[in-house]
Amino acid sequence: MQFWIIQSLNSLALGGLLFLLASGFSLIFGLMRIANLTHGAFFMLGAYFGASALRSYPWLNFWIAAIGSGLAVAAMGGVLERLVLRRLSEKPLGQVLVTLGISFIISDACLVVWGGDPIPVSTPALMRAPTFLFGFAFPTYRLVLVGLAVVAAVALYALLDWTRLGAMIRAGVDDMQMTRAVGIRISRLFTAVFCLGAGIAGMGGVLGGPILSAYPGLDADMLPLALIVVILGGVGSLVGAFIGSFLIGFIYTFGSALFPDLAYVILFLPMIIVIAFRPQGLFGRRPA
Amino acid sequence: MKRIAFLSVLVAGLFALLPVFAGDFYINLGSQIMIAAVFALSFNLLVGYAGLTSLGQAAFLGLAAYLSAWLTTRAGLGHGSAALLSILGTILVAAGFGLIALRASGLGFLMITLALSQVLWGLAYRWVSVTNGDNGMTRLSRPQPLGISIDSAASFYWFALIVTLVSFILIAIFVRSAFGDSVTGTRDQSRRMSALGYNVWMIRWITFIYAGFWGGIAGLLYVYYNKYIHPTSLSITTSAEGILGVIAGGSGTLVGPIIGAALVTFLKNYVSSYLERWNMLLGFVFLIIVVVMPDGIVPGLHRLQAMWRARK
Amino acid sequence: MNASNVYALETIGLCKQFGGLPATQDVSIKVRPGERRLLLGPNGAGKTTIFNLITGDRPPDSGRIRLFGEDVTNLPTHQRAHRGMSRTYQIITLFPHDTLEHNVTLGLLALRSSRWNIFRPTSKDIHDEARRVLSLVGLEHLADRPIAEIAYGEKRRVEIAMALAQKPKLLLLDEPLAGLSSAERKSIKSLVASIPRETTILMIEHDMDTALDLAESITLLHYGKIIVEGTRQEVISDQRAREVYLGH
Repeated sequence: MQFWIIQSLNSLALGGLLFLLASGFSLIFGLMRIANLTHGAFFMLGAYFGASALRSYPWLNFWIAAIGSGLAVAAMGGVLERLVLRRLSEKPLGQVLVTLGISFIISDACLVVWGGDPIPVSTPALMRAPTFLFGFAFPTYRLVLVGLAVVAAVALYALLDWTRLGAMIRAGVDDMQMTRAVGIRISRLFTAVFCLGAGIAGMGGVLGGPILSAYPGLDADMLPLALIVVILGGVGSLVGAFIGSFLIGFIYTFGSALFPDLAYVILFLPMIIVIAFRPQGLFGRRPA
Repeated sequence: MKRIAFLSVLVAGLFALLPVFAGDFYINLGSQIMIAAVFALSFNLLVGYAGLTSLGQAAFLGLAAYLSAWLTTRAGLGHGSAALLSILGTILVAAGFGLIALRASGLGFLMITLALSQVLWGLAYRWVSVTNGDNGMTRLSRPQPLGISIDSAASFYWFALIVTLVSFILIAIFVRSAFGDSVTGTRDQSRRMSALGYNVWMIRWITFIYAGFWGGIAGLLYVYYNKYIHPTSLSITTSAEGILGVIAGGSGTLVGPIIGAALVTFLKNYVSSYLERWNMLLGFVFLIIVVVMPDGIVPGLHRLQAMWRARK
Repeated sequence: MNASNVYALETIGLCKQFGGLPATQDVSIKVRPGERRLLLGPNGAGKTTIFNLITGDRPPDSGRIRLFGEDVTNLPTHQRAHRGMSRTYQIITLFPHDTLEHNVTLGLLALRSSRWNIFRPTSKDIHDEARRVLSLVGLEHLADRPIAEIAYGEKRRVEIAMALAQKPKLLLLDEPLAGLSSAERKSIKSLVASIPRETTILMIEHDMDTALDLAESITLLHYGKIIVEGTRQEVISDQRAREVYLGH
């Protein structure tokens, strides 16, 4: 019983992290039709920024480090979008290959700067003690992580549904030609969304630090998970990213615990099944 | 077609002379180029001819390599049967991957091929009991085709040269066949092709499987050459090198990928001897090629030349 | 069913909605073999949508489609081509970097079993037939030029040639006169007029004047619904037809 409870919490925590990763990817793909293969690297970069900042300045507040890293990664994302991706706006293939190239550069640069050993991130002091619920001891931080993912989901939902920016994003995802025709400044919208997606991923990297740490190869571990979540959940759908993240979180955690050798295979089975019946994913509008 | 066959045999004949003039280092480089060339040709079937950009061809290279390694070391099979079964297994997996990936097109297809090949990569890392994980499988042997040993650098080089020549000719025949015409048709106007009466999905699926087949052949060459296999063969870096060879040389042509593969292999070897930063350089080369010379080096150079002349 | 009762094309209650907007509303058309039918209507009337439903580009929300008596509603597009359906597009969708001959060759190859041959190139007799088809539309002198290099009017002729090459039983022409000069229009009109009666023609046009010469009967659409149907004379003199066009 303990096993199931703990693994369930781990699943939820992983799902929460995946949501932070996948929501940005899904938004960027849905609006800009860019499969941003740099996304895993953004996550890792955020993790490294946060981890090294916390290591060098132990007095630094964990949450400030997370937000700061997120902003730093968002800024880098903006530079990438404006300088490079915008030049390739007519060539989706070129954009993808460029994001792939940038991911290689970032991951190698991280190796150079921070070396090959993982940098652990300590759980924020207030959350080190376990929380007792229903007679079980839960790692507090994981509970908090789930809560943060829900907050992020609500915040994104609010952004999309209640703000003008959100309305423009939704219009763009639905019908780009129409949105342009109506006179909305697409280029600024794109930069904003790309920064947002990158920033959330970067922040996610730090928030995931206490569980995953920052290590070389984190990007390669996270990117396929983001891909699977987005393909399964449906491109451009926030709901799809939310449900997909937790679904994958559960499948991956339990799969790894029960069949450690085949965890990766178990991971993509739901994606295959969903695609076989609904090529557009669970909540997507049209096929990826 | 006869002209292509004749010319390629001629060129191959010229390259066969390399071991006479050069030492082992360059002969081995030549072998590596040929493995990369077959891999790039397999990639190009999808990218250049079918218009399907995949980032998961490494799956077939690595799968065939691992299957061959496992069948010869753990199952005790001879190289002949191991090769046959490896390619058969690779074709089956390619058929399966194709069924899944072709549910989408364009970027969705790309993402699915990437996800699928990453899954194989993760499997190779984790399923340690079968694949030996991060340690890789070592001390593999090379086959003895027709009883001839290919253990020396020169003898392997000639073996790889023959395989590359045969693959080039067979792919050329495929591309120039009636079916090949339908493949390029689906690349350019898939909706029109459907309306004309072509089964676009079937055309793509068959091409996908054929590309997987040649990826597997490259994988066999790869594992025979290295006598060692490691999960990196299934990594996105391997796929990236392959696709870089295709776009650097110029996709949609027969010879372009070979030239591109040669360039990438040269670059990789050159860089490895001086720095450890191959991944970073690969990323930069991607950037430069895609932004400055998206059609490939040869057309790109022509354009730069024209721009330079216009400045004067 | 008596052979003489079989319609070349029959649609029964076709309906299609796009995101809540009805594009096609309960469209039932009966086209007799050999007929020259015009689908007329102002822009946005849903004519191309009906074409897309007939060819199978899009599935209908409800309704059935019969091609020479056979229910093809669930048949994929490429198989409808094998049942004798050909179409041209409003926007030129030829293969721009290939020669005219290659374009027509692809059209001819589509219905032959040799299209699956992975060893032999497309046979010479198909190439010869392609040149013959091009000469029928007066374009043989351009056979070896890439599509991108020829004039717009000539591209339209290639489109029609490609469709005719397949000797279709039902030919769907989507605005074949769009964007053409008056001289080019004349040549396309005479080309269409010369198509033998073995081919039934269903054509879309939104400009009343230019298209009327080609049509024997007209189906007038507005907002996805059939307003009037009948011979040329009947439709022109109908009050409802004038209402539809008065606002434009």
